[in-house]
Amino acid sequence: MDFLNDIPWMLIAASIAKTLFLIFGVVLPIVSYTVYAERRVSALIQDRLGPNRTGFPISLFGFQKDLQLFLGGLGQPVADAMKFLLKEEFTPGHVNKFYFWLAPVLAMVPALSTLAVLPFGNFLFGQKMVVADVNVGILYVFAVASVGVYGIVLAGWSSNSKYPFLGSIRASSQMISYELSLGLSAVPVLMIIGNLNLSEAIQYQIDNGWLLLPFTDGKLTLRELLLWIPVLVSFIIFTISMFAETNRLPFDLPESETELVAGYHTEYSAMKFALFFLGEYAAMIAGSSIIVVLFLGGWHVPFLPINTLESSTTPSGIALGFLHITAFFAKVVGILIFFIWVRWTLPRFRFDQLMKLGWLYLFEIALVNIFITAAILAWVK
Amino acid sequence: MSPILFWLFTVLMLAFGVSVVLNRDPVASALSLVASFLCLASLFVGLDAFFIGVIQILVYAGAVMVLFLFIIMLLDLKAEKRRSFNKLALVGGAAVTALFVSGLLKVLSLFPAGSKPFPALGVAKLDDVRQVGITLFTRFNLPFQTVGVLVLVASIGVIVLSRRQLK
Repeated sequence: MDFLNDIPWMLIAASIAKTLFLIFGVVLPIVSYTVYAERRVSALIQDRLGPNRTGFPISLFGFQKDLQLFLGGLGQPVADAMKFLLKEEFTPGHVNKFYFWLAPVLAMVPALSTLAVLPFGNFLFGQKMVVADVNVGILYVFAVASVGVYGIVLAGWSSNSKYPFLGSIRASSQMISYELSLGLSAVPVLMIIGNLNLSEAIQYQIDNGWLLLPFTDGKLTLRELLLWIPVLVSFIIFTISMFAETNRLPFDLPESETELVAGYHTEYSAMKFALFFLGEYAAMIAGSSIIVVLFLGGWHVPFLPINTLESSTTPSGIALGFLHITAFFAKVVGILIFFIWVRWTLPRFRFDQLMKLGWLYLFEIALVNIFITAAILAWVK
Repeated sequence: MSPILFWLFTVLMLAFGVSVVLNRDPVASALSLVASFLCLASLFVGLDAFFIGVIQILVYAGAVMVLFLFIIMLLDLKAEKRRSFNKLALVGGAAVTALFVSGLLKVLSLFPAGSKPFPALGVAKLDDVRQVGITLFTRFNLPFQTVGVLVLVASIGVIVLSRRQLK
């Protein structure tokens, strides 16, 4: 059994610990509270109150009242999760059973798998805060995200009913179209950084200032100023494409409830529906994280020291490590709130407008943007 | 790469490959092909060829097969599902497979270098994206550009052909 000794047990244990922390400690709580934030922010925008009553049910243990924390309604995500778990799991008779069950899984797994290459912090307890530090980071994200279409396509097809099918056709053509502008708009950034590794992308931004805010390293050169223009264009196209990829309003044609009931997950109920829901929000978090890593310096906090592998076990190093992780997710939450804000501000596009925007404008602008970046990189030293 | 993982992904890949051929349901066949591609990508990753592995997923599993599945779902599948195995085609397929495998074994037995393991690569961690890029744009620049022009011609051809049918 000598091959058992070759297995890097320490690496596997560390990776599992990081994965569990990332998924159950950070992303799933953020997902459930994003749903809550969505409802509260939409209420704020529409001059309503939103869910502000549900507290944590300590009255079950003999207290006089439920525990209400500062905002009110913070127990709502917990109650929603309980509802999803306890509701009847109804499978309609006309569906294709196997694919009907497979589809929610295929919607959820890719969204969570993209998190593997995200550097969500610097060093902590002698570990680099990324599950897989691979040299194809951003390509991996695009590849896994493109597999996420299967869940939606299968959900619509296996439901054997017209609205889900229309929804899934819309979703897949939209995702395939916007993948192009998404990939192309990331190219100028990768050209400037000169590396596909996401940790290296952050390292570059620590040395030269965040790409979107080039003054964060304390100085501003002509080259940085010129490169800022294509980076801004990239950022805008990337963000718009990310809205389309995650099927968010103003591009939520696949599930536009005024035309298609609920789109591809019309026939789903209880936890299977919740998996689509979670997958969508997890994809949103993954997308926001990529925006943060590529344009907003990842976990970096300007003008603060950075801990190293050696110092990450000392008290100050641990504090810095936690600070970096917090900074990363604070930026992600900021982008998520922007996502929500846009959703409740803009009306929905028409489907032909959506396709036209993707193919006739974003795609071309992204392509021209690459040449502009190349020219600046070649001639301005 | 750990031998356990190698065997796991090889067996899975071959099993899904066989199920592409044996399945009567086109959707199941297409999905098996996707799973087979994913296992193949894992094998590439196990050989430290991250770039090829990821491109395998991005291009085949993520783009080509999605379009395939899309087309299959728009077709009427009931006729396809009812079709049973053609005995003659089954025998023919088995014969071709046997011929191919025996040919492969013959060649491998004549080729002494194929029987011993390949020496490990000297470099601990290859920057394969950079290597692929440099090789493509220096040594194979002309073929690369030619292929680019060919793809452009093909895509223009598709547009021209589909336009003519619309009229």
